Amino acid sequence: MTEAAVQVSDLRKSYGTLEAVAGIDLSVARGEVFALLGPNGAGKTTTVEILEGHRHRSGGEVSVLGHDPARGEREFRQRIGIVLQSTGVEPYLTVAESVSLYGGYYPHPRSVDEVIELVGLTEQRDRRIGKLSGGQRRRVDLAIALAGDPELLFLDEPTTGFDPAARRQAWEMVRGLATLGKTIFLTTHFMDEAQALADRVAIIAAGRIVAEGTPESLGGRADPVTRLRFSVPADVTLPERFGATRVGAALELTTAEPTRLLHDLTGWAIGEGIELEGLEAIRPSLEDAYLRLTGPDLAPEEEGA
Amino acid sequence: MSDLRLALRQVGYENRAFWRNPAAAFFTFAFPLIFMVIFNVIFSGTGGGEPGFTAADFFTPAIIVFAVITATFTNLAMMVTTARDAGILKRVRGTPLPGWAYLLGRILHAVLVAYLLVVIVAAFGAILYDVRFPWDRLPALILTLSVAAATFCALGLALSGLIPNADAAPAVTNGIIFPILFISNVFIRMDNPPAWMATLSSVFPVRHFADAMALLYDPRTTGSGLSGSDLAIMAAWGVGALLVAIRTFSWEPRH
Repeated sequence: MTEAAVQVSDLRKSYGTLEAVAGIDLSVARGEVFALLGPNGAGKTTTVEILEGHRHRSGGEVSVLGHDPARGEREFRQRIGIVLQSTGVEPYLTVAESVSLYGGYYPHPRSVDEVIELVGLTEQRDRRIGKLSGGQRRRVDLAIALAGDPELLFLDEPTTGFDPAARRQAWEMVRGLATLGKTIFLTTHFMDEAQALADRVAIIAAGRIVAEGTPESLGGRADPVTRLRFSVPADVTLPERFGATRVGAALELTTAEPTRLLHDLTGWAIGEGIELEGLEAIRPSLEDAYLRLTGPDLAPEEEGA
Repeated sequence: MSDLRLALRQVGYENRAFWRNPAAAFFTFAFPLIFMVIFNVIFSGTGGGEPGFTAADFFTPAIIVFAVITATFTNLAMMVTTARDAGILKRVRGTPLPGWAYLLGRILHAVLVAYLLVVIVAAFGAILYDVRFPWDRLPALILTLSVAAATFCALGLALSGLIPNADAAPAVTNGIIFPILFISNVFIRMDNPPAWMATLSSVFPVRHFADAMALLYDPRTTGSGLSGSDLAIMAAWGVGALLVAIRTFSWEPRH
């Protein structure tokens, strides 16, 4: 099947006068890990909940696995798994009971123990969910979403509130799922998470997609711009031809040809017999791109969603 | 698996969770029995001056009424609201399980608990207080209990749709049902109430459930013991509640 897992064009969602999603286009291929990255209130949850069928759009076209999620068809829900941002589970059932309960809603559930092992809760298999830690409950969320062996998995901010170790473990789990061939659509406001997990990232701000691409290319990061930063002793002046700018105590050069410039610069320094203190070559980070693209001028009104 | 079987399977899981929740199990089962003992102690000897009719003759069917309402109306209103605001309903909504099958599971479980309580309270009355169980009026009894259980389940679901959030659920639910229980011939026998109170109490379905049960249990009753008008008024409340529930029910948490 060559049809995209998720195909969205000009998606809009308004709450009163606020346009939470202001016309976005997305395309997610099958087997892809796709991240919708953006600050709080940018419209991530609104978008993902429209794709899941939890909310109705105000306008635009949406196709998820060939279904219109707004119709709430059963075959559609049989093929997707959802991890919402925050959802409860019956606290008096055990992990295994819950996975088995939810798996029973689907035509071809995955084996309960396999699912539990996949999320790393084998030891907690027979423990009541009310007695698990927050991180373990989040794994139960994932286990329940996987119980029906879905083709497409939605993860809405899967690691918000996690400590660094738990986040790493969660990332390992998501990578594991990707190797099973699942299509994964995740939202996050962590740049490093998008970078670590996604094949492709779309940055959303104020209800609009402001950049899209691989984590490597995002936000002009593929542009061949490198900054060289260093400092020279106070009594030495750098020749005009380098066109340096002063950044604090350091000097900075910007170039599209870092190799040549470095050669020139270090040749000059050796000739002068000076050391370039703290010399570093800096590539624009995803963080730079993200902050630039979602900058304060783009910050939306507080959105209750 | 057919949807009906999914609903029945839901009852099984619902039941496991129910018995592991000490608060739910305690309030549902212990409360009616505690009330029954206390009322019988306080009001023993006050048969209302009627020969052949004791306090226990009054309180056995009355506590059955209280128990059925707790198991259906109170439990559903609170548990469905809690599940809604915890996001459990929303989670279920994202699975292939039809919404009605999930709710039917909860309703059937509430009704099963209600019937179990009827058996326990009736046995309690028969063994401790020598109150005769109306075996000869069993069909009318089953019909009355079924109409009442359905009505109070519908009312519980309707109320859940009107409760703003889970924190408010116990206060709203108890705040509505307890005053009505007090004026409906359940906790207190209303021999000569003021006319306005009698009118008020006859508006609500609790009074009709209590009157229907009292008639079935009264040793002086002759015939089938079926009180058609009481059942009709209860059923009307049930249908109305169902319409309200359909309009106000939500799968999304409200905070």
